[in-house]
Amino acid sequence: MQITPQPQDKKRFGEVIEASTTGFKAQCYELYEAPPLGSLVRTGDESAVYGIVHEVATSSMDPGRHPIARGRDEETEEAVYASNPQLSRLLVTEASLVVVGHRSAGEILRHLPPLPPRIHSFVHRCAGEELREFAGSLELLLATLLASPVIVAPDDVVAAFLREASSSHPDPQQYLLDAGRELARTLSNDVRRLNNVLRRLSP
Amino acid sequence: MNSDRLSSGLEKKRLGMVVSGSLTDGVEVRLDSDVSTEEVKVGTFVNLQGEKLRFFGVVTDVTLASTDPAMRLTPPDVSNPFIASVVSGTAAYGTIAVEPSLALRIDSFEALDGPQPAKTVPPHFSEASLASEEDIQLIFGSEDERHFWIGNPLDMETKLCLDIHELVKRSNGVFGKSGTGKTFLTRLLLIGILQSGAATNLVFDMESEYGWKGYVEGAAEVKGLKQLFSSKVAVFSLDEESSKRRGLTPDYVVRIGLDEIEPEDVQVLGSMWDLSDIAIEAAFSLERHFGARRWLSEFLDLKGREAIQEVAGAVGVPQGTLNALHNRLTRLKRFDFIDEGSGHDSVGQILSYLDRGIHVVLEFGRYGSDLAAYILVANLLTRRIYERYQRMTERAMGEQGQEPRPLVITVEEAHKFLTPGIADKTIFGTIAREMRKYNVTLLIVDQRPSGIDDEVMSQLGTKITCLLDNDRDTDAVLSGVSGSRKMRSVVSRLDSKQQALIFGHAVPMPVVVRVRDYGTPESYRELGFMEAAELKAQVQRDTDDLFGPAAR
Repeated sequence: MQITPQPQDKKRFGEVIEASTTGFKAQCYELYEAPPLGSLVRTGDESAVYGIVHEVATSSMDPGRHPIARGRDEETEEAVYASNPQLSRLLVTEASLVVVGHRSAGEILRHLPPLPPRIHSFVHRCAGEELREFAGSLELLLATLLASPVIVAPDDVVAAFLREASSSHPDPQQYLLDAGRELARTLSNDVRRLNNVLRRLSP
Repeated sequence: MNSDRLSSGLEKKRLGMVVSGSLTDGVEVRLDSDVSTEEVKVGTFVNLQGEKLRFFGVVTDVTLASTDPAMRLTPPDVSNPFIASVVSGTAAYGTIAVEPSLALRIDSFEALDGPQPAKTVPPHFSEASLASEEDIQLIFGSEDERHFWIGNPLDMETKLCLDIHELVKRSNGVFGKSGTGKTFLTRLLLIGILQSGAATNLVFDMESEYGWKGYVEGAAEVKGLKQLFSSKVAVFSLDEESSKRRGLTPDYVVRIGLDEIEPEDVQVLGSMWDLSDIAIEAAFSLERHFGARRWLSEFLDLKGREAIQEVAGAVGVPQGTLNALHNRLTRLKRFDFIDEGSGHDSVGQILSYLDRGIHVVLEFGRYGSDLAAYILVANLLTRRIYERYQRMTERAMGEQGQEPRPLVITVEEAHKFLTPGIADKTIFGTIAREMRKYNVTLLIVDQRPSGIDDEVMSQLGTKITCLLDNDRDTDAVLSGVSGSRKMRSVVSRLDSKQQALIFGHAVPMPVVVRVRDYGTPESYRELGFMEAAELKAQVQRDTDDLFGPAAR
């Protein structure tokens, strides 16, 4: 599979640096330029793997070197970075993703791919038609997200994803209502949790 | 034809899908999220679409359910409209219980047999929808000479019809609390029987409401049978004065001679007049002693204690008993319609009208408030008529004559004739049990069905019940009906006016109807009645059609 680098592609934000079949981690090219929580991302093109951002973290590139406070004499936070240009090279933003599906023979399948994405696969943020297509069927997606053992705050991730997906939809209100009903089916035996998710989702 | 009806049947309002159930308990249908429990009423007619069969049934219960029992303790935040609209219909939803009564094969060739009693239930996830107008017609038939429009299903405009020919084959009952429209409904049934020609009616009209005119609570008077169908109805009266006061000259004034009263008639009055069994037995002994036809007048002629004592000795009855009997029977003389003369032929008169296919309404006038008079006359006349019918039918069986026209006898306050103690002794008990063997059936009108003998109740072909709220009455009416436990909730929730549950032979399945209007000029017209002016215009038109306008 030939992947042509497309630095001009605005949706491409980083590369896979850690991968397994259930989840992967992407390092962002720019500091603080990660897709927001709940965003749908894709690696690869033809046999794409889809993931949803469930955690974004920024830390020191070298685990042995901790950031220290540098702004005592500065007026603004921006000035701290301006006075210390090395910071953007020493700090790194990473997004953790849970695998929610893949594409095989041109068709979206909302379950785990046979193999994880390769390291250094380019990672793109999905929007528009692609997002609408993937978010068209929610049943498996919600089940995966809500039951995933690696997601720390699954309810927030689900709410964030659905809000983002609704914005790609022609009728966002109706989409949220339908999604809410799907959630109610998925969480039929746990009304308290359903209530929690719905409150996060409520427009 | 059937396939057309089936395809059009698919476009009806979907309610939900079958999620559980059994043949004995009915099926449970989970309502779709866009269907509110407020839209579905008990008694609503539902269609369940299986793979090979379509089932028809009525809603017997509506339930609120939730997927998580914790919802009762911690309800979702419904103050948020978004959460409320998501949760209602999904995590919190409604279910309805449907009692499938009929099944129809979808295969259009086999559907020609018509709907059959359901012997199974639709599979899981079958679609449930409100029955369409076509469904109602398919099941209950359309209005014609055999099918009489009795009312409309709940919330529908379709005409729901009774099969009158099936109805008159067996004895039937109209039940309901006082003031729920029994008389109203009975009047319609009588008109249905009259119009279909399936049988002739003999009505023992206690309150004088069927013959000339009746009254509706809160409304003006309504026309009786005689006003609507004057050539087909004869009104007999026990109380000529009362009839005339109400603007009617009766066709015949009924008189009964003492010689026509038999000990069996005394037996029926026993409980009402506090007569002991021994006193009733004494009446039979007196008949043996004095001879038939003469016994009562001779017994009532006895004057003084000595004369009675003498007879008591002769028939072997304690004198006290005989005194009591004498005392009670003297009351008969208070009825003006009873006289000492003999040779009255009221029965013959009634029969001569019935033989010609003319329906007879017997008005009781002021005697309507005297239950003893009603019971005595109804019992006496019916016994004679039944004997005559029995003879005619037996002769017809021996191929020596024609079978008599089927006869439907309407009696009110039926529990007085048919209480468990005396039902096996009175003629009404016999008719109800022997059914149509001799072409005579009953139409029982009663507000206390629990007072009627079980055996008689079980023999009724079609039962029509308005609102009943006494548990024993409801049980009595529903005994022997499949799913009667469910039907109870339907009966006790009928509107107190113009609603009735019909089940039995005249309808393929139990159904709740809103009884058709009666009493408005339009309703009379729908029954084929024309006001004088209209009638004249119609005659004129017919004449013109026949002979041309020149013939005027």
